[in-house]
Amino acid sequence: MAGGNPSGWLARAADSDVWWSFKSSSLTVAAAVTTLAIFALAFLSPVLAPHTPFDPATLSLSDGLKPPVLLSPDGDWSFPLGTDEQGRDLLSSIMYGTRLSLVVGLASVVVAMVIGITLGLVSGYLGGTVDAVIMRIADVQLTFPAILVALLIDGVVRTVISVQRHDEIALFVIVGAIGLSFWVSYARTVRGSVMVEKGKEYVQAARVIGLSPVLIMVRHVLPNVTGPVLVIATLNLGLAIITEATLSFLGVGLPPTEPSLGTLIRLGNEVLQSGDWWITVFPGVTLAVLVLAVNLLGDWLRDALNPKLR
Amino acid sequence: MATPSNNPPLLEVKNLRVEFPTRRGTLLAVDDVSFDIAPGEVLGVVGESGAGKSLTGNAIIGLLEPPGRIAAGEIRLEGRRIDNLPYEEMRKVRGARIGAIFQDPLTSLNPLYSVGRQLVETIQTHLPLSAADARRRALDLLKEVGIPGAETRIDHYPHQFSGGMRQRVVIALALCAGPRLIVADEPTTALDVSIQAQIIALLKGLCREHATAVMLVTHDMGVIAETADRVAVMYAGRIAEIGPVRDVVKQARHPYTKGLMGSIPSLGVRHDRLTQIDGTMPRLTEIPPGCAFNPRCTERGSRCLSERPELMSAGTSRAACWLHDRGGVGAPIVRETADA
Amino acid sequence: MLAFILRRLAQAVIVMLTVGIVAFFLFRYIGDPINAMVGQDTSMEEREQLREKLGLNDSAPVQFLRFIGNAVQGKFGLSYRTSEPVGRLILERVPATLELAFCAALFILVVGVPMGVYTGLYPRHWSSRLLQTVSLIGVSLPPFLIGILLILVFAVTLHWLPSFGRGQTVDLGWWTTNFLTWKGLQALILPSITLGLFQLTLIMRLVRSEMLEVMRTDYIKFARARGLTNRAVNFGHALKNTLVPVITVAGLQLGTLIAFAIVTETVFAWPGVGQLFIQSVQFADIPVMAAYLLLIGLLFVVINLAVDLLYFAVDPRLRNQVGSAREAH
Repeated sequence: MAGGNPSGWLARAADSDVWWSFKSSSLTVAAAVTTLAIFALAFLSPVLAPHTPFDPATLSLSDGLKPPVLLSPDGDWSFPLGTDEQGRDLLSSIMYGTRLSLVVGLASVVVAMVIGITLGLVSGYLGGTVDAVIMRIADVQLTFPAILVALLIDGVVRTVISVQRHDEIALFVIVGAIGLSFWVSYARTVRGSVMVEKGKEYVQAARVIGLSPVLIMVRHVLPNVTGPVLVIATLNLGLAIITEATLSFLGVGLPPTEPSLGTLIRLGNEVLQSGDWWITVFPGVTLAVLVLAVNLLGDWLRDALNPKLR
Repeated sequence: MATPSNNPPLLEVKNLRVEFPTRRGTLLAVDDVSFDIAPGEVLGVVGESGAGKSLTGNAIIGLLEPPGRIAAGEIRLEGRRIDNLPYEEMRKVRGARIGAIFQDPLTSLNPLYSVGRQLVETIQTHLPLSAADARRRALDLLKEVGIPGAETRIDHYPHQFSGGMRQRVVIALALCAGPRLIVADEPTTALDVSIQAQIIALLKGLCREHATAVMLVTHDMGVIAETADRVAVMYAGRIAEIGPVRDVVKQARHPYTKGLMGSIPSLGVRHDRLTQIDGTMPRLTEIPPGCAFNPRCTERGSRCLSERPELMSAGTSRAACWLHDRGGVGAPIVRETADA
Repeated sequence: MLAFILRRLAQAVIVMLTVGIVAFFLFRYIGDPINAMVGQDTSMEEREQLREKLGLNDSAPVQFLRFIGNAVQGKFGLSYRTSEPVGRLILERVPATLELAFCAALFILVVGVPMGVYTGLYPRHWSSRLLQTVSLIGVSLPPFLIGILLILVFAVTLHWLPSFGRGQTVDLGWWTTNFLTWKGLQALILPSITLGLFQLTLIMRLVRSEMLEVMRTDYIKFARARGLTNRAVNFGHALKNTLVPVITVAGLQLGTLIAFAIVTETVFAWPGVGQLFIQSVQFADIPVMAAYLLLIGLLFVVINLAVDLLYFAVDPRLRNQVGSAREAH
């Protein structure tokens, strides 16, 4: 754990079992490459995307409902994946939408992590009533699926503020709602680790020599839980992206002016019956591939960090 | 008991090799091991952990855990080859002809079934008995292994028994179809010291009564000295010495065995100190050329570094050591570090 | 055993109390019941009179007790959106959701558990690896996407199955059912698969990993050493030992099914409770949200209790907890 020279660290990383198991699983490597590619395409969308789909000035209704170029003679090379009924380029919409989905997903994982780790530390360290209350809340919340919790939070916020204001702050509402619905697993992991560390002698010793045992423990507990937290976070990222897409699909997530992948799928679903399938299918496939790649990474990470299963 | 007779052996193991393919190459965990067990005989197999003794036992009962596999050699039970039997054929041998006892009685029993059910199930798998007869036999077995109040205990679940009692149940399970051989892998290691002697005595007594042979795998030379007729000492996947237990204890022929004997405390003899073998057994990836024991050996010579000794006669025993060869160990080697 | 059940009952009460408090806060403080009942032109005095009459000026605990008392009788006030009694609104839609969830659960158990057992027993076989990878795709596809794709293939393109609504139902007086007509059954197929597929892959992966875990235990090795048949080892010993964790998760999944029904019902315009709930979230229809929350809470608590009772049937260690403490050693 002590930091050596960087080359030594690299050499050890390259020789480690985790790296070996990564290299030896071609599926995992493919998933990592796919994830990186999607991240790059999404976050570079302002530079790479052929159109800016949400600038009304560039839209023309005559470009509306063009099919994908490779599948139909009516296609147009400037809209490789076709357009929606307002003439928006689907490829660009997907790139921007993916970026939004990723931002929401990553941000809500961070929110969940911060809440969960903090409550886990507090709960484990203080014990007693505080611990009991936090853990009972966790139990109760765990009985409810995350999507339901997020829906409720969103519904409450809608009631408290006006619908128009809601659209403005929709991004924060949804990040908060998803983050609040995922904190439990982090809290439990961290709490468990704190309970183990608390009984150890160095914590008592720290207290005797007047050091803050809290600080000492944080420094010892956090490295211990890095692995499990990383696994939870990766698997949660997939879930958070799905949850956001689901909320947006249900029409309670991000507004159509700022469409994420879920919103795009919902908009496409409205015209699905008329046979214009590409508006739904391409964002759907993007979503599925993204989540699949992230889940593959999370799955592999869990197995690689869990020596019992190796 | 005691003396191995001239009857055909019950179990013959010939040139057994067990391999484990790993990412760093294939490990040879059991290397060219041969031995016999006569009917009714107790063979002790002793060695440090990793010496290959448990794997030898698992190979005999046909339950090597993948990716481990038998790479060469053969195993015969009552003259019939069993190492290459199809799974279903070998299944009929297990339990019926060869019983097994594992280290941890706490985890050897299925927690969800009563001990009676587990006994009846095993009995009915191997013997053509009705449910009522099987239960009667199960009850007799429980009494035989010394479970007090067997009539009520038969319907209890494993978690309701103490460790020692559970190991008695395990012994009953191993014996319940009347096997000719029992492979007992560290049967007392997980138990309290006070109970270990009882269990060993029980096992020994039962096997004598039923004329069942035992392969007793353990790292505890004391248990072997009290229980076994013959002993095989294993080191780094090979047999270092094998012979009648009394002779091996009294006059060990292999320097490793001598070291092991020096490490047993015994009552009535005043030791200034228990001797201890320097160093540790090499990892399977790093077995030195020549005799695997040579880095730790106090009597090694130049020959030990280059030529690997096979088992050779040494008194009543056989030992894999050049000391017992006419050519000897070769030129003496001065140890670089002179430590006690 | 009695102590265990009492403890679980106490926990259930705590959960329901928590849910009740949340629902009450929603009902009383987030939404304003007065605004929903009166028009714009009602004067302050009239509002105040109504407030007094409805007991809205009582202390919070009193109001809470009254809220719970009403809830027990199925009275949740009027919907802001349709002005109908919330209790009736929900009851009308319960059969549709329960029938859908039942079919999905059946699909999950009949297909998911055997697949999990198979992949757990033969983890190295190519078909297991294939199933394991395909199942990951299942976990990665959000249910609404599965629904859309199924509609696209089987309804829009092939015209084999209906894409929305319950088709034909039979009214049994207090229950409307899909099960009695061919059209009703047809209408169930796509929604059930959509609702079940996500959980099916979860259950399959859970059974598989539990199976793998159990197969490594000493008692399985010992069962093999006793010469038991593969059948007895795999199903008698291994599968039964995987049941405890599987029951736990399956119980939770059943609750999740009801919740995910929200999504499926939206995709297939299925007139169930979930669709009602999503409409109430969009319209900030607080009484319906509060009632739905209580209903789901009750459902989860009942399922969890059922799961606890199932433990007793499966695991003797729990059954004998009291007894073994007495006669240990």
